[in-house]
Amino acid sequence: MESNKNFVLGVFDDEEVLLHAVEKVRDKGVKIHEVYSPFPVHGLDEALGYKKTRLPIAAFIFGMTGTSLALIMQIWMLGYDWPMIIGGKNFASLPPFIPVTFELTVLLSALGMVATFMIVSDMKPYRWPQQFDLRSTDDKHIMAIDLATNKIAKDDIGAILKESGAQEVNDKNF
Amino acid sequence: MQVSSSLRESLITGGKTVGDVSEDICRQVEGKPTKLWWMAFGVSLVLLGFGVYTMSMTLWNGIGMWGLNKTVGWAWDITNFVWWVGIGHAGTLISAILLLFRQKWRMSINRAAEAMTIFAVICAATFPLIHMGRLWLGFYWALPLPNAFGSLWVNFNSPLLWDVFAISTYFTVSLVFWYIGLIPDFAVIRDRAVRMGNNTRAIIYNALSFGWQGGAKTWMRYESVALILAGLSTPLVLSVHTIVSMDFATSVVPGWHTTIFPPYFVAGAIFSGFAMVLTLLLITRKLFRLEDYITIYHVELMNIIIIVTGSIVGIAYITEFFIAWYGQVPAEQYAFINRATGPYWWAYWSMMTCNVISPQLFWFKKIRTSLVATFVLSIIVNIGMWFERFVIIVTSLHRDYLPSSWSMFYPTMYDVGEYVLTFGFFFAAFLLFAKFFPVINMAEVKSIIKSSSEKKH
Repeated sequence: MESNKNFVLGVFDDEEVLLHAVEKVRDKGVKIHEVYSPFPVHGLDEALGYKKTRLPIAAFIFGMTGTSLALIMQIWMLGYDWPMIIGGKNFASLPPFIPVTFELTVLLSALGMVATFMIVSDMKPYRWPQQFDLRSTDDKHIMAIDLATNKIAKDDIGAILKESGAQEVNDKNF
Repeated sequence: MQVSSSLRESLITGGKTVGDVSEDICRQVEGKPTKLWWMAFGVSLVLLGFGVYTMSMTLWNGIGMWGLNKTVGWAWDITNFVWWVGIGHAGTLISAILLLFRQKWRMSINRAAEAMTIFAVICAATFPLIHMGRLWLGFYWALPLPNAFGSLWVNFNSPLLWDVFAISTYFTVSLVFWYIGLIPDFAVIRDRAVRMGNNTRAIIYNALSFGWQGGAKTWMRYESVALILAGLSTPLVLSVHTIVSMDFATSVVPGWHTTIFPPYFVAGAIFSGFAMVLTLLLITRKLFRLEDYITIYHVELMNIIIIVTGSIVGIAYITEFFIAWYGQVPAEQYAFINRATGPYWWAYWSMMTCNVISPQLFWFKKIRTSLVATFVLSIIVNIGMWFERFVIIVTSLHRDYLPSSWSMFYPTMYDVGEYVLTFGFFFAAFLLFAKFFPVINMAEVKSIIKSSSEKKH
């Protein structure tokens, strides 16, 4: 990450005020870098104009992979590789294979989706996050605005933030 | 926009603010453990020590150390296994099923209940593992691994093998679900540690939180992951006890061979699980002064679930008896008459008293809102549910097809010791969890505090 990144931070403590502020700030043409919150705020992703996450699709694909692998494994092992007579039933009969197929579907779907989530969100145990304000995990919502991506002057952004209900407006340089 | 009904009691009492939540929950993690905690931990370690001794003796000498005989080949081990797995179910019910039903009261109890699930499943898994005798060969017996017998594969037609897959999937998915919930809360502790200047703690909790930052985009993905995990866990938890019940139901032993087993076992699992959640939470609430987060209202709602599931279990007992009579199979009829009046009558009637009669006391509001009564009844329910499994397993087996093989089961010190082992592990693990991890899901509790603050405006 390049040095000398300058941010303006708006500090909010009410999620309703924050949601309206996000809309107002974006209406004025200010680009928001990201909003950091101590808990999920419903409607914030839409207010920020984020596209819906495609993680459910990932979960479905991983789940289908689990289903196929489980069926292939069981049918191949008991049907072709070493067929055995168990209770006089067909070598590869579907009903008794359903429980294991179901479990592996769930297992791969869950693990695959969570791994995808961790990768796309860049979550690593050794990564120290870019901390704008330590209170953003406690009780404050922090709206970070990157000055490099905005043409509006810093003081004007500060004024817009104040006007839309920010409790404090701070600077943060990395 | 959140709407809160004025008719409902507030979920979090004491007029807490968002900042208070971080303070109250992180205090446990940051401070030194209390004397009471050390005492409880010490007792758990003593139990664990005794258990490890008996387990080592069993592994060294073989499972002949147990009281099993040719007729009763399954007894305490499988009873304890089913009992522990059942207990785990309440955690998933609270975290997954209640999330899908948007029940907000689950928010201050889900973390501890999920931790309970994970430790209970580990306790459960020890029994079939030890029962394999030569544990170190278990991989080849239980998992489809290529082996030297020309690759003789495991039998996918067997419910015991389904169990291997069900329990390990259940454990893994529950662990992931629990951990995903913990990630934002570890970040709270990390940021507090940075402010306090405690670098070691900051680095450890940052690693645990995977560098969590709490940006809106991450929260959006996070919520989607939590919802899908809940959607996956819901059928998973139902499948686990269904498959456990099939260990019995797919056999031809009178008393086991019934189609009612899957729903009956799932209801029983939730019943005993909620009782264990109450036992643990009432202690945790006292130990860590969480009275404002785990309120009487929470206790009351859990007690209502106990009435519902307890009544389902009661109806299942009566249905089994009725069907045995109605089905006109002499062996089935004998099995049930023998349960109630045979040599194990005391186990049967303990089960009936603890599981069918005692939860009905919760119909009285005074009893279901009393902490002492709830605590006592939660333990009684768990004793009853242990007896349920014992009755199903041992009374069905001890009258074999040949009367000359009829026998009784007497536990040895080693049977008891391995049950004690799991208690030692369970409580030690729970105490460590409660000390080092945030016991209440702070992020979720904070999100419901805001909606109640709307009343002020």
